[in-house]
Amino acid sequence: MKVKAKFKDGITKVRVLAKHPMETGRRVDKETGEKIPAKYIQELTCEHNEKIVFVAQFGTSVSKNPYLAFAFEGGKKGDTLNLRWNDNTGDIEKKDAKIK
Amino acid sequence: MAISRRKFLNMLTVGSAACLTLLTPITSWAAWASDAFNADKPEDAYKHLFGSTDAQESDEIKLKVPKIAENGGAVPVSVKTTMKNVESISIFVKDNPQPLTASFQIPAGTLADISTRIRLAQTSTVTAVIKADGKLYSKSQEVKVTIGGCGG
Repeated sequence: MKVKAKFKDGITKVRVLAKHPMETGRRVDKETGEKIPAKYIQELTCEHNEKIVFVAQFGTSVSKNPYLAFAFEGGKKGDTLNLRWNDNTGDIEKKDAKIK
Repeated sequence: MAISRRKFLNMLTVGSAACLTLLTPITSWAAWASDAFNADKPEDAYKHLFGSTDAQESDEIKLKVPKIAENGGAVPVSVKTTMKNVESISIFVKDNPQPLTASFQIPAGTLADISTRIRLAQTSTVTAVIKADGKLYSKSQEVKVTIGGCGG
């Protein structure tokens, strides 16, 4: 997961690129003819100072390697953001990012 | 009628379980909205997510999505609004196998301005639904797709 957070004029803008296949469960493997099991991110959260500033819930029709951009008031340069996603198979990725 | 200690305890358990079930949709977003995401019709997804299908068209919502998408696998979408007290922003793709694509919680202090990339299986209407002050507002636009994004 790549995270970029920039502070400007009282607002922290966050951009996230999560590395994930986002398999819908409807795709068929061309070689084996079997369905590729669904694997997709269900929820992505962002915390700042232990306060949740953003929650995204995804279905299967979010693109592969999901991209997200959002912004919140407050924060300051040097603060840390704690991001986390979990997918339908129970995989989790956490990432801390400094606000620049 | 006398109630035995066991029976009383049982009643307590059932009662509190029922209370928890009733409270969950209001107090917690932590649970992934599986019913809404698995629904195959937009109306059902609305009902599961908001408890209502009654969304009012609003030009205060700015929905930015291309009119023609060459690749349905990654269509950029931006939703923003100047409305106050926005609680959530959700994106629906009417003709996808599962119309609810993403739902974003907007806590106080977070701007109602998000961008992401979504999949379109075929040409479809894309709708952004914003919940503000407990009411639902929507804005739709058709996106023509040359190559579908759900594969298979």
